[in-house]
Amino acid sequence: MSELVIQASELTRTFGDFTAVDRISFDVKAGEVFGFLGANGAGKTTAMRMLIGLLNPTSGTARVAGHDIYTESEAIKRSIGYMSQRFSLYEDLTPRENIRLYGGIYGLTLAQIRDRTDVMLKRLGLTQVAGQAVRSLPLGWRQKLAFSVALVHQPRIVFLDEPTSGVDPITRRQFWELIYEAASNGTTVLVTTHYMDEAEYCDRISIMVAGRIAAIGAPADLKREHGVASIDELFVGLARPEVPSSP
Amino acid sequence: MSAANGPAKAGPSEAASHRDVVRVDSVSKDFGSTVALDKVSFAVEKGELFGFIGPDGAGKTTLFRILVSLLVPGAGRASVLDLDVVRDYRALRQRVGYMAGRFSLYPDLSVEENLTFFASVFGTTIQREYEQIKPIYTQLEPFKDRRAAALSGGMKQKLALCCALVHRPDILFLDEPTTGVDAVSRREFWDLLGRLKEGGLTTVVSTPYMDEATRCDRVALMHRGRLLDVDTPDAITRGFDRPLLGVRAKERYKALLALRKFEHAHSAYPFGDVIHYTDKRTGVQPDRIANDLKAFLTANGFADVSVEPLTPTVEDSFIARTDSDPESRIPNPGRVA
Repeated sequence: MSELVIQASELTRTFGDFTAVDRISFDVKAGEVFGFLGANGAGKTTAMRMLIGLLNPTSGTARVAGHDIYTESEAIKRSIGYMSQRFSLYEDLTPRENIRLYGGIYGLTLAQIRDRTDVMLKRLGLTQVAGQAVRSLPLGWRQKLAFSVALVHQPRIVFLDEPTSGVDPITRRQFWELIYEAASNGTTVLVTTHYMDEAEYCDRISIMVAGRIAAIGAPADLKREHGVASIDELFVGLARPEVPSSP
Repeated sequence: MSAANGPAKAGPSEAASHRDVVRVDSVSKDFGSTVALDKVSFAVEKGELFGFIGPDGAGKTTLFRILVSLLVPGAGRASVLDLDVVRDYRALRQRVGYMAGRFSLYPDLSVEENLTFFASVFGTTIQREYEQIKPIYTQLEPFKDRRAAALSGGMKQKLALCCALVHRPDILFLDEPTTGVDAVSRREFWDLLGRLKEGGLTTVVSTPYMDEATRCDRVALMHRGRLLDVDTPDAITRGFDRPLLGVRAKERYKALLALRKFEHAHSAYPFGDVIHYTDKRTGVQPDRIANDLKAFLTANGFADVSVEPLTPTVEDSFIARTDSDPESRIPNPGRVA
């Protein structure tokens, strides 16, 4: 249960003389819902790109799903799922076609794809619209389908980049129930969000400020340690610089 | 509660008050078979900070584009500053400031160059308008030589606001200026809007973040092309018609699922570390409901349960007004009854 799915140590990335990620170290356990927070420009995206094997670090080490981020980035890509707010599904394809496409990309057999498609569509209540272009579905449905597609190859960890941005409040909560469900089945979830209430749904969070991890822990513990009533308050306190040193 | 899609509610005085600077009467707009706006009516008073609160796809952008004359309504009428948005569009465009939802500045121009360009389009200069843009421009000035593309999300939005203000508009339309912007920069942006309001500027702003509603004088809750309500944030939350209880338990997700099985449950939704619960029964005191919930959860093996009455937020109100809508989503587990 306490197996570590992400182990990052002194992970650093510079661009020219700008240090985007500055010696960050943290672990994420199997089955954890881990909130990866920070202001725009704090280094979250750079850190996430290193962890999913899209960007080489300047220094430091990390293992994701047991694989080294320098030498085994292809193996990492196969063992993780990824979903962003901007792009996840092919909108001209139907839900069924999207599942088949992603299943194929991740090397599932046709029989596996067929079985998982039926289970997924049924569970999401999308069976009636399985043959309709994704474009025609409400955003909330698309987001939920995208999440399930990101899990089609049963990855050990899934990275969600602002998955609920702009989604209505009920769908936003239903989306989090899918996250809980995935986590209770042992999938590790690393999620970014600008909704501070969602930060409170996480088992643990980290808050990045100017390339460093300024706080890390369970939301309740962090609130107690910093004497604040909410994660929003903590976030504002940590992330608001005295003077705008970086735009 | 004011009528949703009925005659416009014009604030304290009755409809078509002379203080109204935006009047919208039964405006509809279709795109093929998609109904983007469905008979929307409302009015905005001079000097108000007026918010449209709703998720993606609610129709906010379509409405804003109609009000700044970039789209023609399919039906109904709208005027801004007593100028008809169709007939008087040329005069209107000189007098409105508009910030589009997507970043629409020139990424390869510097901060200063963008601002100079927008000033020159309206026949003015940064120097001449300095007082108007000062509160925002002073935050941007340290980076005036930086390319717009290299700014952080929050700074880009401040620059866009500055560009929308540089010709001294009489009214400002800001379409989702804080979407995708972190919580700190969002606060700062709303602080700026508050300062503009103190200067007397009328501002109409849209956002998907329900918590930002409290920053507005009045808000319109918008969902699927319709206005669910138009009122002050306080009045909207006062209209929440059931006792709202906050339930905390150590195993939050399991407690949520359990609460939905409670025989009197009407709804149960997670809000951060608290579950917001409403009860089906009417006329039962909140204390009694709280005791019932505690007893139920304790009997089901939950430890450390606490239940307390809560004041509803705008997000609670929005949920209550949309959670029985069968078309918009997959069957909704949060709404029990």
